[in-house]
Amino acid sequence: MSQVANIDQAVFAKRKRTNKIGLILSVLAMGLGMIFLVWILSVLFIKGFSAINLNIFTESTPAPGTEGGGLANAIVGSLMLIVSCTLISTPVGVLAGLYLSEYGDRGRVAGVTRFVTDIMLSAPSIVIGLFVYALVVAQNKHFSGWAGTIALALIAIPVVVRTTENMLRLVPGSLREAAYALGAPKWKVAFMITLRAAQSGIMTGILLALARVSGETAPLLFTALNNQFFSTNMNAPMANLPVTIFQFAMSPYDNWVSLAWGASLLITFAVLGLNILARVVFREKVQG
Amino acid sequence: MANMKTMFDLNQIDSQGGRVDVVSNEQPRAAKNALEVRNLNFFYGAFQGLKNINLDIEEGKVTAFIGPSGCGKSTLLRTLNRMYDLYPGQRAEGEINFYGQNILEPGQDLNLLRSRIGMVFQKPTPFPMSIYENIAFGVRLYENLSRSEMDERVEWALNKAALWTEAKDKLNQSGLSLSGGQQQRLCIARGVAVKPSIILLDEPTSALDPISTGKIEELINELKHEYTIAIVTHNMQQAARVSDYTAYMYLGSLIEYGKTDEIFIKPKRKETEDYITGRFG
Repeated sequence: MSQVANIDQAVFAKRKRTNKIGLILSVLAMGLGMIFLVWILSVLFIKGFSAINLNIFTESTPAPGTEGGGLANAIVGSLMLIVSCTLISTPVGVLAGLYLSEYGDRGRVAGVTRFVTDIMLSAPSIVIGLFVYALVVAQNKHFSGWAGTIALALIAIPVVVRTTENMLRLVPGSLREAAYALGAPKWKVAFMITLRAAQSGIMTGILLALARVSGETAPLLFTALNNQFFSTNMNAPMANLPVTIFQFAMSPYDNWVSLAWGASLLITFAVLGLNILARVVFREKVQG
Repeated sequence: MANMKTMFDLNQIDSQGGRVDVVSNEQPRAAKNALEVRNLNFFYGAFQGLKNINLDIEEGKVTAFIGPSGCGKSTLLRTLNRMYDLYPGQRAEGEINFYGQNILEPGQDLNLLRSRIGMVFQKPTPFPMSIYENIAFGVRLYENLSRSEMDERVEWALNKAALWTEAKDKLNQSGLSLSGGQQQRLCIARGVAVKPSIILLDEPTSALDPISTGKIEELINELKHEYTIAIVTHNMQQAARVSDYTAYMYLGSLIEYGKTDEIFIKPKRKETEDYITGRFG
């Protein structure tokens, strides 16, 4: 310290003190967050793992008052909903993102689209469920897997649109120019060069959108509802994990409550898996 | 023998491409201009980037544009294949005659034009696909080749860009797996593969190390036998080494244009001399 002659010891001590206080506060905040996270996950793991056995994957949800039972119908139903949601939201979302980034750019239509997409991104999912209920379920007079798919797709599309647009904007303009310089028409540049250059980023966006919708319950309550029996008919009410959790967790039957924990664990692992996959896909892109 | 045969065939492709006449004539031909720029003015919105440019680019020669940053040399290059057209608010006035056809006239097929006047950029820009596909992409735009014809074309183009020996065993690997200098040569191969008549090079070596730069310069010397080349460079030694004609630009104007030897040995204008001797810029 003595080398620095003009240092004011009081100011120096105060700065060190402030630094320490800041560090303590942020560690406390981090600890608080971690405590609850670990708490939630440990309860989920303890109760969930004790519920998981082979029957969960082979038997359908039990009737009230009966013993045993599994989640096979809900697992298959959820998978069907998610897969059909992907098949709808990926092309729509990616093409809309491509339009915003490559064609619309600063135009009026693009501006409005971007604004509406942002609203949709933050729209409460129950509102989207209600919308699909009024549009599809009320018209057809019955709940159906397709209605659930539409509701989930409406939630996923804005996520895919915005990530696609952002990822396409990261593609350097020089790459587009290089393709134009060979005489390529605009649509070929957009589809064969720009889209391909951004593909792993876009894949990541799609996976994160799926992770988001796979846990959604509210929009499914109004649309796919639930089904006690094994069914792959998309025109009929369809069993799924989130609504099963919702109904079973509040039931008086012990085996139902236990199945709800098992279902929660399955969803958590599915979302975790999707997130890890998204990271792996994105990392590959960065390493080139 | 097999090699001889291949070489012969490749030469055939060269001359069949027929877009540049390179048959060595006994009599010296009269100089022919590939591009004639007349009274060219260029605007970025309200800002005038080029002021009344007049210059001829001779067929089969290398023409270099030099000058300090912001002098308009890249802008001039980007008007020659109308790359500026991609951006709203940029416009050019005057005439650029490409073998007699004014490319600034409305109604030009820009895609076709750009396949005739190729361009290589400052930073290597390999497409996110295999080395083979990088080259085949541009060729497929205007030609319908069989698999074996395409194989030959890819080999031919990589040979032209002096990349074949390094790349022949990894044609299916990503173009991004190559080193920077190799990537730039891949971009040149890609541009050559579509058989343009003019190749525009926009500071092609400024992102490369000296060895890669040397290879690209050798390549330019090879390519000028078959293509007309215009190169923008901020490296004056490079301009002196590779070019036949040099244009010195400053603040959007063409200050001096002539044979490279004359420009570098006895420039007519004081400004040019100041720049090339390093007193300015």
